[in-house]
Amino acid sequence: MSLLTDYEVAALLLSLKVASVAVCCSLPFGVMVAWILARCRFPGKSLLDGIVHLPLVLPPVVVGYLLLVSMGRSGWLGSWLYHYLGISFSFSWRGAALAAAVVAFPLMVRAIRQSFEAVDTRLEQAARTLGAGRLKVFFTISLPLTAPGIVSGMVLAFARCLGEFGSTITFVSNIPGETRTIPLAMYSFIETPGAEAQAARLCVIAIVISLVSLVASQWLGRRVQLRASGQC
Amino acid sequence: MLTIDINKQLGDTLLQVTAELPTYGVSAIFGRSGAGKTSLVNILGGLATPDSGRVQLGERVLFDASRRINLRPEQRGTGFVFQDARLFPHYSVSGNLNYGRPRRGRKTSFDTVVELLGLEKLLPRYPAALSGGEKQRVAIGRALLTEPELLLMDEPLASLDLPRKKELLPYLQRMAEELKLPIVYVSHSLDEILQLADHMLVLDSGKMVLNGALEQVWDSPLLRPWQSVQEQSSLLSARVVETLPSYEMSRLDLTQDISLWVNKLLPQGESIRARIHSNQVSVCRERPQSTSIRNVLPVTLSAIETAETGQYVSLKLDLAGKVLWANITRWALDELQLVVGEPLFAQIKGVSLTSSDLAAA
Repeated sequence: MSLLTDYEVAALLLSLKVASVAVCCSLPFGVMVAWILARCRFPGKSLLDGIVHLPLVLPPVVVGYLLLVSMGRSGWLGSWLYHYLGISFSFSWRGAALAAAVVAFPLMVRAIRQSFEAVDTRLEQAARTLGAGRLKVFFTISLPLTAPGIVSGMVLAFARCLGEFGSTITFVSNIPGETRTIPLAMYSFIETPGAEAQAARLCVIAIVISLVSLVASQWLGRRVQLRASGQC
Repeated sequence: MLTIDINKQLGDTLLQVTAELPTYGVSAIFGRSGAGKTSLVNILGGLATPDSGRVQLGERVLFDASRRINLRPEQRGTGFVFQDARLFPHYSVSGNLNYGRPRRGRKTSFDTVVELLGLEKLLPRYPAALSGGEKQRVAIGRALLTEPELLLMDEPLASLDLPRKKELLPYLQRMAEELKLPIVYVSHSLDEILQLADHMLVLDSGKMVLNGALEQVWDSPLLRPWQSVQEQSSLLSARVVETLPSYEMSRLDLTQDISLWVNKLLPQGESIRARIHSNQVSVCRERPQSTSIRNVLPVTLSAIETAETGQYVSLKLDLAGKVLWANITRWALDELQLVVGEPLFAQIKGVSLTSSDLAAA
């Protein structure tokens, strides 16, 4: 690791940790919401659709502010969580992961939803005539056939989480080693006179991990696509 | 007994069926497209819900609107074969076959089904690498392996081209003969039905027109509109009593002293369903002497049916209590001055045995 300074390594590892946790923890909800939007009909569906997509169009500062108000330690939900479960999001990396997850959620849901809509419901019907209940049909037919969409949704969300800046700095501030991810670290260097070189180094790191994750996702996506269509 | 008594509104047409189908052999549901065949079979399988009525299989009530019973598809114990095979693309052939198999499913039944449908070589392959006929065979095997009480087949041959149909039909025939499993078979092809079915239900724009044993339904004048002149034919069941190996011909006895020769060497004692196309039958007043035709049978003219158009008329002939139809030209009818009730001789040029006769459907 002699290539990178300790400071850069810390920011890089934190970024990866925040993005991974955000993607993994929001995935079950993303799949659930995508399935509901793709398959169910109920009054208020367009409202749910709108709420899910809101973080995509709201300024990230607004998302951060809303998180601060609701999930901060004195926020209405945050205080309850802290009081009863001892979970606190304020000014910790968990808060950064939450902010990243909220902002990336619509991207994940959109990709998975499209993939659910593309699954042939006649295959699900056939599975039911073969004696499979709804749950078995979901886990053995719908979900595996949606796998390519789930992978691309995760990759999109992961990339969005790595780049998250506005809502993170609003919600959990810019604390070195705790919430200072690569974008925040870069922002700090740019604000500091004479640290242009360090900012440029971080810029290169950001480009490299983005490229690596793009290539990895393409490779993974191809494999999953082949598996789902039974060609390997 | 499979008891059906249902009503369902389908767009403009009302599907209304009250019928009992036997729980043995193959029962065909026949009708033109849009007649409601698929909707009916979907109702039997639980994929569609009727507006009212009931469906009962033996002692088990599958649907009863008045008692609010509607078993889900997975609870009905009915296997379903769709027109498009609907194999799961992410499972191999053996994965597809095992998908609905009961956990304590018998190993023997797996081997039997694989052997019956000729699937041994396909087991490790994926659906993407199968031909249409192979896919459909796997789909049939998959449905059989759920060990159903009733097998529903919705036009399993309709999406296949003629060579594939010819390839798949013998498997279906073997299956119908060897498995003691009642099958409901939807088709718009009378030829397929002739090959396979024992019982037939005819639907026309949602209404049941006919329901009964195949040979009875076949002779009903109500079925005539569905048969083109080339398709009009009579069905006769008989047993093989004599064979002439040197000429490769077999004799079927229709009654004690009337018999029919067919151009095929058949095992003695076997029961055969012979189909005689009306265009292959001609009549004459005197028994023709020194004719090349082997089948000259004494008959009585029991009815003359003239079509409004076309050059042909249909003669309904009584052949020792069985019905034989003959098509002759209107010109011949006028010249011979045929009278209902008069004795005639029917000359039969060709007899097809339903197992070897899949005409272009």
